[in-house]
Amino acid sequence: MKAKKAIALLFGAVVAVLLLAGCSGSNDEKTSSSGSDSGDTKTVKFMHLWPEGSSKLHHQIVSDIISDFEEENQDIKIEPEVLSNEQYKDKLKVLSASNELPDVGMTWAAGFLEPYVNGNKFAALDDVIEKDLFVSGTVESYAIDNKTYGLPLELNIATVFYNKEIFNENGLEVPETYEEMQNVIQTLSDNGVAPIALGNKDRWTGSLWYMYFADRIGGSDVLTNAINRTGSFEDPSLVKAAEEVQGLVDMNAFVKGFNGLSDQEAKSMFMNKQAAMYLIATWDLPNYTTNEDVPQEFRDSVGYFNFPTVEGKGDMNSFVGGPGVGLFVSEDSEVKEEAKAFAAYFAKQWGEKSVTEAGVIPATKVDAGALDLPELYVDVLSDLNSASNITLFADVQLSPDVAQVHLNAIQALFGGEVTPEGFAKEHEDALTKEE
Amino acid sequence: MMSNKWIITLYLLPAFLLIAVLIFIPLILSGYYGLMNWDGIGIMQFIGFENYIQALQDMKFWSSALHSFLLAAFSTLSLIVYLAVALILASKIKGTNLLRKIYLIPMLLSSVAIAQLWIKVYNPTNGMLNSILMAIGIENPPEWLADPSIVLFAIFIPIIWQYAGFYILIYYAALKNIPDTVIEAAKIDGATPLQIALKIKLPLIMNVFKVTIVLAVVGSLKYFDLIYVMTGGGPNGASEVMASYMYKLAFSSNDFGYGSAIGFLLLIITLIVTVIIRKVTATKEEIEY
Repeated sequence: MKAKKAIALLFGAVVAVLLLAGCSGSNDEKTSSSGSDSGDTKTVKFMHLWPEGSSKLHHQIVSDIISDFEEENQDIKIEPEVLSNEQYKDKLKVLSASNELPDVGMTWAAGFLEPYVNGNKFAALDDVIEKDLFVSGTVESYAIDNKTYGLPLELNIATVFYNKEIFNENGLEVPETYEEMQNVIQTLSDNGVAPIALGNKDRWTGSLWYMYFADRIGGSDVLTNAINRTGSFEDPSLVKAAEEVQGLVDMNAFVKGFNGLSDQEAKSMFMNKQAAMYLIATWDLPNYTTNEDVPQEFRDSVGYFNFPTVEGKGDMNSFVGGPGVGLFVSEDSEVKEEAKAFAAYFAKQWGEKSVTEAGVIPATKVDAGALDLPELYVDVLSDLNSASNITLFADVQLSPDVAQVHLNAIQALFGGEVTPEGFAKEHEDALTKEE
Repeated sequence: MMSNKWIITLYLLPAFLLIAVLIFIPLILSGYYGLMNWDGIGIMQFIGFENYIQALQDMKFWSSALHSFLLAAFSTLSLIVYLAVALILASKIKGTNLLRKIYLIPMLLSSVAIAQLWIKVYNPTNGMLNSILMAIGIENPPEWLADPSIVLFAIFIPIIWQYAGFYILIYYAALKNIPDTVIEAAKIDGATPLQIALKIKLPLIMNVFKVTIVLAVVGSLKYFDLIYVMTGGGPNGASEVMASYMYKLAFSSNDFGYGSAIGFLLLIITLIVTVIIRKVTATKEEIEY
């Protein structure tokens, strides 16, 4: 009996020791991590969303920029952490709730930014932004109350990509007006070809169509005004835009079951020549130019055109698009100056490297003539230079809450579950409630 | 023997602490966050029961709750099918071992893989299902995941398929536990195989069956993964369930306060339903062989 008791006591003691060890272990970690900041070298924590596996080229550029920066600034060490897109978004929220944001990280513009700025999590970056470096309009979309909280990295505009081969086979020409486009759609659908690939499970994809109709019918600022409350979603031209969307659905312009397809699935239909057109932003350009995994023959057969005018209205140089990710610096960072310096350096270097090495369009100005680029890039870049306006993606412009209402309403509009008037009213209700 | 109590406490402490930190404290916290107006980032603002009141008046919440209960009803009904399959497997037919393994395969796959698989099956133009339907002459097969009136049932099928192996395994084990002597006695008395199944085997594994009802219902009410991957709750909320609605509110709409309130209501609903099922199915009989 005594022996039993002794063994029991012994085990109990082991458990207690393990528990204590567990607690003190975490304490050790804390002291060591704060210790590294107080030494000669300062550590800047940097979180980005381009893992080696899924975005190899992006990842490589980031690593290059980091090592270049460390080379030039011997006393600063960059500590990168990489997560994929959706995980990144979730983790950022959790970290900011517990006040542990990285010193430098990636953010999206406008609506995504707003809660972080209101919660005093991001630092204003006006002192390190060289505005001349960036394409006009990009920096502005990271600004709230005249202060800028993000350094833009990417810039995208949405255009209609089309398969030249399918167009030739059916004797079609690139449409310049919406009436011509309707003819194209009718011809394709009569000949048994799915006219447009659309993956509306993701919802923002359908939003692009609505936004372009709004832009062409009501002018470049009607949607932006409706969102910032100087206008209204019940504006006749916005209701008309919603009607046009349903008109397209009624003439079977989109692939079958589009409301249940993801953008990825729609893309693969376009790339398998199962659909003739695909409205997407320029982040997809590598697939149609440099990406070696896509057959050369297909890449050669892709062209693009700007969204046509509708009933003679609209400016074909006005685009839907906007900056993708940008860099933020944490307000509570202990190494804020170093972090800002790194962010500014990164944005500049990214601009120089990303076009040629990763095939994406940066938010900084690019001298297309000086670089050896595929033709499609040169065209897009020159379109960008002559752009009269870029309307930011609606789901980015809106606050996260209303963005969800918008995206659901888009799905309902495409699915014919709501009338154009009801669609407008849902937006009005959500925006009024928010005020 | 006083010291024994201390030792017992000490032994239980690690497990208790883990459960408290990982389960009970978050539960209480999410109820507490439900009282706040909080975007997950900025300052929390106490608003009392406003979120809970709003949830009770929220049509989207109730329609997602309805979908969850539909799923629960559907999975409970499918238990009967699982049981039938297990009864057949447990009777000595050829190839039982192989069949058992085949039924288990879906359980070994991760939910995301199953979702991707069924997305491909349901693809409206290239999918296996619609290709077959078109081959046998149906010109306009349904758009399974895009049609609001059928999307929910289109998702129920993979869910039922996913869990078939799990329940069949439970029933199979229970059936194998019945002593041969009982079955033999019944045979000698001239009972047919059907009679043996319904009047001997079924009553003997009734307790297991009741446990699986609770498992199926609770599992359905908090179900999330396949739905989230396959449709994201769409189109326009037609396949939204309580858990996916909660996730959307917290992580997409940045409304952690309201999302937490929904999560807490989900907990309460699940608790109430569990208690009701236990009450309804309670028996005092104990089986002794």
